[in-house]
Amino acid sequence: MTSLLEVRNLSRSFGGLVAVNNVSFALGAGQITALIGPNGAGKTTCFNLVAGAMRPTSGQVFFEARRIENTPPEAVCRMGIARTFQIVRPMRDMSVLENAMVGAFSWTSSVGEARSKAYESLESVGLAGKANASTDQLTLSDRKMLETAKALSTRPKLLLLDEVMAGLRPTEAASVVRVLRRLAETGLTILLVEHVMRIVMEVASRVVVLHHGAKIAEGSPAEVVADPKVLESYLGTGFHA
Amino acid sequence: MFVILALVGALSNPYLVSLMTIVLLFTFLGQSWNLMLGIGGQLSIGHALFVGLGAYSVGVLDVKFGISPWIGLLLGMFVAGSVGAVLAWLSFRFEVRGIYFALLTIAAAEFARIMFSGWEFVGAMQGLFFPAPTNAMDMAMLRGDARFYYFVALALAALGIAGTELISRSYLGYVWRAMRDDEQAARALGVRTFRHKILVIAISAAAAAVGGGVLALVQGSIFPDSIMGMGLSVDVLVGPVVGGLGTTFGPLVGSLTVIPLNHAMSALGDSLRIPGLNNIAYGVVLILVVWFLPDGIWPAIVRLCKAIQVPWRVWLPQPRKAEE
Repeated sequence: MTSLLEVRNLSRSFGGLVAVNNVSFALGAGQITALIGPNGAGKTTCFNLVAGAMRPTSGQVFFEARRIENTPPEAVCRMGIARTFQIVRPMRDMSVLENAMVGAFSWTSSVGEARSKAYESLESVGLAGKANASTDQLTLSDRKMLETAKALSTRPKLLLLDEVMAGLRPTEAASVVRVLRRLAETGLTILLVEHVMRIVMEVASRVVVLHHGAKIAEGSPAEVVADPKVLESYLGTGFHA
Repeated sequence: MFVILALVGALSNPYLVSLMTIVLLFTFLGQSWNLMLGIGGQLSIGHALFVGLGAYSVGVLDVKFGISPWIGLLLGMFVAGSVGAVLAWLSFRFEVRGIYFALLTIAAAEFARIMFSGWEFVGAMQGLFFPAPTNAMDMAMLRGDARFYYFVALALAALGIAGTELISRSYLGYVWRAMRDDEQAARALGVRTFRHKILVIAISAAAAAVGGGVLALVQGSIFPDSIMGMGLSVDVLVGPVVGGLGTTFGPLVGSLTVIPLNHAMSALGDSLRIPGLNNIAYGVVLILVVWFLPDGIWPAIVRLCKAIQVPWRVWLPQPRKAEE
């Protein structure tokens, strides 16, 4: 397995609180990996460290064998890592299509090229029919997919998705799962933070479990749910996958 | 709309011509400010700095050396653009942003005003005076009668509106609006916000300098307190705020509303012997607009046209939506 992204002994503390504690993991190209853990486990902090939105207190992040932990977010994006935000952030006064165009300007300055890329991104998340809608007409599920489309327009090699399925109805979540599968089939590597265990089981090929900022387990979904430490700290002893 | 404005210049009386010249100049200046805040998301309350630098560039070259204002305008663009870029670079380099950046622009404008007030070579407090106006039109030296300046101002306003529209439709418009709405989100999409903020401020400053240079020619004199004072900074921003922030036609509509009202109230105040009536009217209009039309007059007009089903698409450029 060649790793596209490797996180080595990553730590980040806020004052006395250690949000991420000596975490290491690697992502294989073309895989979907899930980062799970209870609230406050440090998942989003981990994301921010990888995406350059935060600097680690210690440790390294390698992307295509280059160190990126002190690289600003726009440069990280231009290297091929795109992220979404847990709280959806569409740009007001801009249509769905225009929102999706912004990311494309990281590699082109042609409006036409950006527009066709944006259509492509919207198509791959099933939003092409709503390209001209304004963003406040979108449902939560559509907004989350727009976030994904915005990220896809930057032509990423690695996509970081922060809770794209939180708050969605099961049918909506199922369609998101299909979207993610299709994206992975095109060779895109995906790292997602997710709460809904059923979805993680369904979509991820590898799972990394965080608890109190530290990694407590890593493996295939089946291995992870059978791990006693995971059961105790996160899933609860009554969990049946 | 521009046909009407052109006819106003050709047909009407001298008072209206000079009033409309000022309206159009402030449309252009408002446009430059609007580009920076309405599209780029960067607030300046010291635009008089750039206006003043443009005015002095034209003034010093013309009055002291007899060099054409065309060169002066270019020099002004360069000087103001550089000052804007350096100011922005220093500010954002040290994480001074948002409202603190706005305070910095005031400080810079006041610093420049005081510096020019004491600088003998540029006339200090006594100011600079252009040669007396002639009625002979001279394109090379940008001299002519009031009507000539009216058409210069009209051309400038048209240029400002066309330029804003052009920038809005280019990739800069998309990237800047993304940056304005959410800088963190924009950076996550690969927007190099640091350099784009510097760029939008430099372009806005250069444009303001052109407006300042022409304003100086129209007024025939330059005084540091009026061309670089806080009052001018406020005059520049009232138009776009009243007309509609971030809209292409906001500055024009705002200037058309505010400046004639200001003049009319000022005249009324003089005849009724109520000094300061214009300022009261100014305040009332601002309060009314903020209260009833918080996004400005122009967006309200667009909404109204939609509501009564005027085929506004035919005669108005559509505000920012996708073309397809």
